[in-house]
Amino acid sequence: MTARPEALYLDDYANRKAALPGGKFSWVANLREEGIARFDALGFATPKHEEWKYTNLKPLVRTDFGAASSTVSDITQDCVAPHLLADAHCLVFVDGHLRPNLSRLVQIPADVRASDLAKLLETEPDLLEPHLGRVAQLDGQAPLALNTALMNGGAVVAVHGQVAEPIQLLFFTTAQDRPVATHLRNLLIAAPGSSATVLETHVSAGGGIYWTNAATEVSCAANSSLSHFKLQAESVDAFHLALTSIHLSAGARYQNFAMSHGARLSRNEIRVALTGEDGECQLNGVFLGRGRQHLDTTTMIDHQHAGSRSDQFYKGVLDDGAHGVFQGKIIVRPGAQRTNAHQLNKNLLLTPTAQMDSKPELEIHADDVKCGHGAAVGDLDAEGLFYLRARGLDETSARQMMIAAFIDELIANVTPDSARNHFSGSAAEFLDGDSSVAGQ
Amino acid sequence: MLEIRDLHVTVNEKPILNGIDLKVRAGEVHAIMGPNGSGKSTLAHVLAGRDGYAVGKGSVEFDGRDLLALSPEERAWEGIFLAFQYPVELPGVGGMNFLKSALNAVRAHRGQPEFDAVEFLRLVRTKLKQLKMDDALLKRAVNVGFSGGEKKRNEVLQMAVLEPRLALLDETDSGLDIDALRVVADGINSLRSPDRAVVMITHYQRLLDLVVPDQVHVLAAGRIAQSGGKELALALEESGYGGIDTTVGAAGAPTPSAAI
Repeated sequence: MTARPEALYLDDYANRKAALPGGKFSWVANLREEGIARFDALGFATPKHEEWKYTNLKPLVRTDFGAASSTVSDITQDCVAPHLLADAHCLVFVDGHLRPNLSRLVQIPADVRASDLAKLLETEPDLLEPHLGRVAQLDGQAPLALNTALMNGGAVVAVHGQVAEPIQLLFFTTAQDRPVATHLRNLLIAAPGSSATVLETHVSAGGGIYWTNAATEVSCAANSSLSHFKLQAESVDAFHLALTSIHLSAGARYQNFAMSHGARLSRNEIRVALTGEDGECQLNGVFLGRGRQHLDTTTMIDHQHAGSRSDQFYKGVLDDGAHGVFQGKIIVRPGAQRTNAHQLNKNLLLTPTAQMDSKPELEIHADDVKCGHGAAVGDLDAEGLFYLRARGLDETSARQMMIAAFIDELIANVTPDSARNHFSGSAAEFLDGDSSVAGQ
Repeated sequence: MLEIRDLHVTVNEKPILNGIDLKVRAGEVHAIMGPNGSGKSTLAHVLAGRDGYAVGKGSVEFDGRDLLALSPEERAWEGIFLAFQYPVELPGVGGMNFLKSALNAVRAHRGQPEFDAVEFLRLVRTKLKQLKMDDALLKRAVNVGFSGGEKKRNEVLQMAVLEPRLALLDETDSGLDIDALRVVADGINSLRSPDRAVVMITHYQRLLDLVVPDQVHVLAAGRIAQSGGKELALALEESGYGGIDTTVGAAGAPTPSAAI
């Protein structure tokens, strides 16, 4: 009998747990133990699991991912610079490890704490204990459970005041001689009344097969305001599973924009708990796929308290044989009256072989609510294409202009300019490299 | 400049144009009139290269080249411009970006250097001034939320900037108030020159009062039933199309079935 695919990771944990950061603190050790036990019990999801119906993890499960080597790779400032925002405070992680020499934190204001999880697990566990493993729920989430067991790097950003400049977290993965998994764990903490912008950028140097297994916990205290952006531009052979769990207190504002166009298989999952009056979240995103890419966006908005609002708008552009998934679940708990929840998903399928699965799911247990959802799938507007061509744009340019316009509706909401340009530039680069945009 | 010979066109196997012959020389302005459904817009679309029209027979030459073999963008590069009867809304495409991209695409294929932002703005401002328009339309997404009149003005502005050699105007005067009509007429008149030509599809004499045509044609049942000078349009204004033979078989034209 062949071993379960999970066995590899169970062994990995058993071998390494003594060396994982924070082990000397019992709550950390217990958290890891709970994580690995849960991972063992759950196992990797298959399409039989409703939440993974459209995203088959088989290619990931079949690959043996080891731990990243601890040797420091020779990433230089020149490799990193093109991905950094000019006006941001930057934390640069290479293969999951913070690289202070590549980071830019000199000017960081006193009311922001930005550091490495691995280090804080050893030196300041008290800062982490109220949040780590408390925002994210382990139920049904094998990758998160595994992350909880093996986490050994990622960013901790704690904001106390009003921070004007964006804080960028750059995750850089280098090519290795074997498939490697990185279990990134991030913690974003917004103190009462604080405001900040955090941008995650996931890129690679040299491509290769690797697995980014990211878990991010976000805790927004009362009346705080957090803009959280994410660019997923991993290697085309990579796997990227990310779960972002957000806890919003009364009066908190949370805005998320995610662009995904990298990785062979990716899932960007966002779970928001609105736990107080007047909490508000806005989730927007764009996913672009070609070749055989699989891009999954899954959201779950949990309106737990009366008087909260959520708004979601996701757009997909799928070329060749790419497969997109949008699953959006909205729960309105009993008593969560005056909930206002809206969800929209629009997709462009550029070829007959591209595929999109869009599944809204509303679960409403209160009667005084406004909830709406919509989904659409279509090709580029033929009338618009003809109009552009009749004015002299060749077919490729006309298609690119219309695709750019389609996604720009959401990119346009990103501020500041440097962050918006980060996304529009990355999208343009992706679309320019796409020969089949010109049609079949 | 433009020579259409015995052009037969079907849409979904239904014959629409049944043997058009039309010759437009450089420097001329032609008006095409005729009842609804006579094939006027089909003719404009076929000349601009729109999909969905099957040319069964006949030919179209532009400066001696086979126009029908060219893609829509190649026709634009050669200097053909269609002012759309129903200009298309392009959500998210900014007016300035659109017009600059179009102009530079056309210039590149004419072997002219591309305009940078400053040169482009200078040109657009000149054209706006000539047409007595302001730049508000260009700051919005192309045609999105525009009134009917704004859409038509926008077509005329594009025409003025792109400076085509052959302008085809498909009912650009329809639904315009008198001020907007004057803008359209000024736009056409400012384009008139010995090396350019204009073909206007219209229902109304009032445009022809402002842009006086060299020739007027009446299209009926997919054929040119009558041609004449500017006085033909005046006569039509008086008597309508009642006097024109609009049957397909008129003047010995082949029946539709034989034409396919």
